[in-house]
Amino acid sequence: MDFFNAIALITNFILLPGLTYGSQLALGALGVTLIYAVLRFSNFAHGEIMSFGAMVCILFTWLGQSYGVSFGFLPTALLFVPVAMIFTILYCMLIEKFVFSYYRKKKSNPIIFLIASIGVMFFTAGLIRFIIGPSDQSFNDGVRFIFTVREFKTLTGLNEGFGLKTSQAITILTTIILCSLLFFFLNSTRTGKSMRAFSDNEDLALLSGIDPNKVVLLTWIIAGGLATFAGVLYGLDKIYKPFIFLQMLLPIFSAAIVGGVGNPLGAFIGGYIIALSELFVTFAYKKVLGYLLPENLEPTTMMQFLSTDYKFAVSFIILVIVLIIKPTGIFSGKTI
Amino acid sequence: MKKLITTLLALCLTTTASFSDVKLGIIIGFTGPIESLTPDMAAGAELAIDEVNKSGSFSMGNVSGIRADSTCIDSSAATAAAERLITSDKVNGIMGADCSGVTTAILQQVAMANGMVMVSPSATSPALSTVEDNNLFFRTAPSDARQGQVIADILQEKGMKNVAISYVNNDYGKGLAASIEENHKAAGGTVTISAPHEDDKGDYSAEVGALAQAGGDILIVAGYLNSGGKGIIQASLDAGAFDQFFLPDGMIGESLPNDIGSGLNGSIGTVPGTDSPGAATFGDLAKAAGFKNGPFAMESYDAAALMLLAMEATKSSDSQVYKFAIDEIANAPGEKIYPGELGKALDLVKAGKDIDYVGASAVELVGGGESAGNYAQIEVQNGKNETVAYR
Repeated sequence: MDFFNAIALITNFILLPGLTYGSQLALGALGVTLIYAVLRFSNFAHGEIMSFGAMVCILFTWLGQSYGVSFGFLPTALLFVPVAMIFTILYCMLIEKFVFSYYRKKKSNPIIFLIASIGVMFFTAGLIRFIIGPSDQSFNDGVRFIFTVREFKTLTGLNEGFGLKTSQAITILTTIILCSLLFFFLNSTRTGKSMRAFSDNEDLALLSGIDPNKVVLLTWIIAGGLATFAGVLYGLDKIYKPFIFLQMLLPIFSAAIVGGVGNPLGAFIGGYIIALSELFVTFAYKKVLGYLLPENLEPTTMMQFLSTDYKFAVSFIILVIVLIIKPTGIFSGKTI
Repeated sequence: MKKLITTLLALCLTTTASFSDVKLGIIIGFTGPIESLTPDMAAGAELAIDEVNKSGSFSMGNVSGIRADSTCIDSSAATAAAERLITSDKVNGIMGADCSGVTTAILQQVAMANGMVMVSPSATSPALSTVEDNNLFFRTAPSDARQGQVIADILQEKGMKNVAISYVNNDYGKGLAASIEENHKAAGGTVTISAPHEDDKGDYSAEVGALAQAGGDILIVAGYLNSGGKGIIQASLDAGAFDQFFLPDGMIGESLPNDIGSGLNGSIGTVPGTDSPGAATFGDLAKAAGFKNGPFAMESYDAAALMLLAMEATKSSDSQVYKFAIDEIANAPGEKIYPGELGKALDLVKAGKDIDYVGASAVELVGGGESAGNYAQIEVQNGKNETVAYR
């Protein structure tokens, strides 16, 4: 019984939140890594593009709600994700047209692209605050829980329990579906293969007749679509707040780099590694050990490695360790 | 351009050289993070000044208030403004400042150096209770040390022995958390954990994870209702970590029960407030004068009134003289004085009679000149903050 109590505790406080947060990071990191692989620069504006997608989705959700649209026990916002994706992809194309295409024509150094992307980041952040304002918005209107901690406890008779939020289930499921589609697309379709070819060797790809403009466009469409999902899912699960997307850049980039930047599978796994390690390292194991250890060995302190204040430091430490030991990342992406 | 500058200079000179006999400096943050509260606070202080002037019972002539901006957060700008009030406007006392940080700076660098009385309506940091002040500093706002005591009392009554505390990582949160912990332990309770949280984060599940492992009958959230405090409560409810929350003054507002919903029902809280008849009277006076009875407006009225009554009692507008009368005016024995009765009060002290200034916020000065503090005990019932008792 004690063993199951400990498992329930870890599921409630580490596994479920970690998998959810990891999925959100993975979706973000996939966009970053695709842009790095195909367009060859680190896009610092990616966090704000996520925010932009979430914002458009919120605006349409409000509009829909004013007409009485609802999605049953699921959040209404999910209905409007496709609309938000279209707007976000259009915005990405505008950035490409007015900012990045110029530097691509000039064959600028990747560092110039990076600096330009920081400019785009600030512009987008300003635009978002201009449209929706700086305060937080809560737009999750569906049923909050699939089952709560209390329901779980009464059902199983355990002392500890875990609850499953609707948003957590949606996030994890959506991520798995989206990533399967993406991997299928990249590995098995002709267009996906042309993207990978372009990423591997641009000159050879051009010689074999791949249209570079089409590849660039496709990359933005995928990155923009994934970013919209990442932003909306994060907002549904937690809260939409324009300021936090700048803070999320660090874990997203860590995830991409840990997995091997430029490698989609790496970004996917990297997201979960970062999210789970943030939670595992800052969790207090007092109760868990209390259940697992014999009675006379029960800990009296909190048994916490790091205070939760240092949560963001964890992704930074992992990033540094990976860069020292294996600079190409776990799945051998490109070196930066 | 030159002409413009000369006219402006001339204007400045004429405005600063006002011809009142007694002047009160009103230094609060007209710009900065509490700028939405300060117009009503200044109006409260000016209402007291007006009332004294209209009564005609003030023996040292006409009183005027001179506003200055403390900015709430910028200590150097605040001390410069206070310096200007004393050296160029020649005020006889300072009503202010508002936020704890700038209040300490003005007290230590300007008021003590110039021997000027300061009465703050809203600085609540416990550190101001013990600061060296040469008897010059008073406040009509209670210290958070007092709130900690009230909270410990309520916890004791409700039989909650084990409590967890999550506080916002700044002077307010730290001071309040320390005070709650000290008082609760003194009353025989246990604090299982006292951990900080940062404002403006998206995700508080890690913080709540640590709090939940420590456990407790109730979670005390010493934060802000529109930011981290709300995040902690939402994440606690999601994870099933705590069912009941204690909400100190930074967490009391209509928006919190609206945002959280039914999960907050049964939570308890404290916020400065009084059921003294003075509060209602002041509300009417404020309405008649055309301003809102906002947070700390009552305390501002009381701060200005206390200084003027003390001047009349000692027949002196010199800080070094009237500072000794403030405690006596504010406390029993004597006839109770409510808002709108300043004329009567002036006549009484002139005749050498004792008064007990109750004012709008039920002033009772303790421990070196700070308000004993009156709190309303809040309980969240059916998604609304209901006042269940006063202490």
